[in-house]
Amino acid sequence: MSLPAEEIAAIRANIASRKTRDLIFTGLGILCLAIAMMTIAALFVDMLVTGWERLRPEFFTEFPSRRAAQAGILSAWVGSVLVMIVTASVAVPLGVAAGIWLEEYAPKHWFTDLIEININNLAGVPSIIYGLLALGLFVYTFGLGQSVRTAGLTLALLILPVVIVATREAIRSIPQMIREAAYAMGATKWQTVKDHILPYSMPGILTGIIIGLSRAIGETAPIITIGALTFIAFLPPAPITDVAPYVNFEWLKAPFTVMPIQIFNWTSRPDPAFHQNAAAAGAILVAMTLSMNALAIWLRYRLRKNIKW
Amino acid sequence: MESVMTSMAAASAARPVSARLAKRADRHVKERIIEAILFAAAAISVFVTLGILYVLLKESFVFFSQVPLWDYLTDTQWTPLFDDAHFGIIVLLSGTAVSSFVALLVAIPIGTTIAIYLSEFASPRAREIAKPILEVLSGIPTVVFGFFALLFVTPILQWFIPSLPGFSLLSAGLVMGIMIIPIVSSISEDAMRAVPMALREGSYAMGATRLQTALRVVFPAAISGIAAAYILGIARAVGETMILAIAAGMQPNLVWNPMEPAATITSFIVQVALGDLPHGSVGYNTIFAAGLTLMLFTLVFNMLGFWLQRRYRERY
Repeated sequence: MSLPAEEIAAIRANIASRKTRDLIFTGLGILCLAIAMMTIAALFVDMLVTGWERLRPEFFTEFPSRRAAQAGILSAWVGSVLVMIVTASVAVPLGVAAGIWLEEYAPKHWFTDLIEININNLAGVPSIIYGLLALGLFVYTFGLGQSVRTAGLTLALLILPVVIVATREAIRSIPQMIREAAYAMGATKWQTVKDHILPYSMPGILTGIIIGLSRAIGETAPIITIGALTFIAFLPPAPITDVAPYVNFEWLKAPFTVMPIQIFNWTSRPDPAFHQNAAAAGAILVAMTLSMNALAIWLRYRLRKNIKW
Repeated sequence: MESVMTSMAAASAARPVSARLAKRADRHVKERIIEAILFAAAAISVFVTLGILYVLLKESFVFFSQVPLWDYLTDTQWTPLFDDAHFGIIVLLSGTAVSSFVALLVAIPIGTTIAIYLSEFASPRAREIAKPILEVLSGIPTVVFGFFALLFVTPILQWFIPSLPGFSLLSAGLVMGIMIIPIVSSISEDAMRAVPMALREGSYAMGATRLQTALRVVFPAAISGIAAAYILGIARAVGETMILAIAAGMQPNLVWNPMEPAATITSFIVQVALGDLPHGSVGYNTIFAAGLTLMLFTLVFNMLGFWLQRRYRERY
């Protein structure tokens, strides 16, 4: 019992057309990925080309100026570094501790559920809302001023969910037998955490911290909202001094500017000469966040390859 | 028997039980303190939420004691800093809605296609290369995207549409859409990969091609996760600030046409924060009322998104 020739031909044609559609869709998928890639490339190349003239060593050592050709990003990059120091020193201990508690200590309890739902929600809160929180609470209620510490604290709260989630995921991938072995040796919970759980999850946690900081360093909206000045032609007091006690925390209270604010400021001026500066600073900022992301991706890749429980 | 008893007694005399117990009790105290510290760190996240709600509600309360809620919801003008002040939030909402709509028109088709491609078509190697690139896209600072929208995308668009003004919701929305692609694609892909292999095998066994399987079996099975991806994408678009503040202009404008400049809730907050507004003035309180509105919208979208995301996880 064989089919008539025309029916076989029809089926073959049908199969062929279906396979063509598969192929077309594959092409479409690759095209869509290419759009994403081209955007990154266009963005980076555009800024490099526009800002190329300004990308000289003096650009890093000059203060912003009313004359575009003499303006630099000294106060901006120093401000970014100082703010990141505050952010990291608040977000890392808090986030890692919270992650450890949620994974290792948390009882099955309504309050634990509340914390979990809450962290999920915080991760979705728009960054500008954190700016309003900082303006209402840190600036006006606690009187911390429009300073490095206010900005650092604000960004720390913003990236807290990122650090917590990364810590939890890193801890969750450690097999139960590690904990059981430690307990069998008579270790207490904290000894187990400190000597086993934390060291083994360190690469994963580090990845989360880097991704969190790379997000914080590019954040603009919350810092504008706290009312940070955009024209800063001086540096905060140095953290290390030559008189005892050799450290100085005055910089925490100093007004500041950061890279994204400087870029925003230059972009919003009508004079195209300032757009060159914005492009140059933008290229530097993108290079910074991209290399932080690359470091995180590389860390994760290495981690996946090396660890076999 | 008696000899065992005496030897045990001798042993405990040499190393008294009480000493060992005492040491353990000491360990317990330390453990308790550490647990309390860790718990406090976890509880801080709750205080952050409470802090946000407190600040937004407190300042909004002052605002709504001066501006009736009804005017806020129905007025069609937004001029909070003028002498003849009007507070019609609908003006800012229109800017937010139009720009988010444009962004979703870009992000949903492209993001979904990438997700289907990566989950059903791509080789593991291609996936390994594509995913970090998408991650990088989501890691680019939004202020840089804003610069890109204003000084790269807008001139290109003006080449096609000569009447397009220098600031427009269209250009900001397009770039915002590109920025949201990774959110849509990664959550959708996770949802599709969670669909059990047996469903695909059944489909292939019936002679379906990859595309048929992807569109008629995997996609419907993962639909709640994909919907979650779209909704979380909307939440991100609604809360996006810098791209709009830079490329969409900041004048309040009740528009439904993306070819025009307009302010959004977020860019209004930036605009006010850039100026010098005294603490406690109506203008100052206005940004908190606007922030509360924004918070309510994103909260609803996020809750809905997480709920949908949970549903697909529980199903298989």
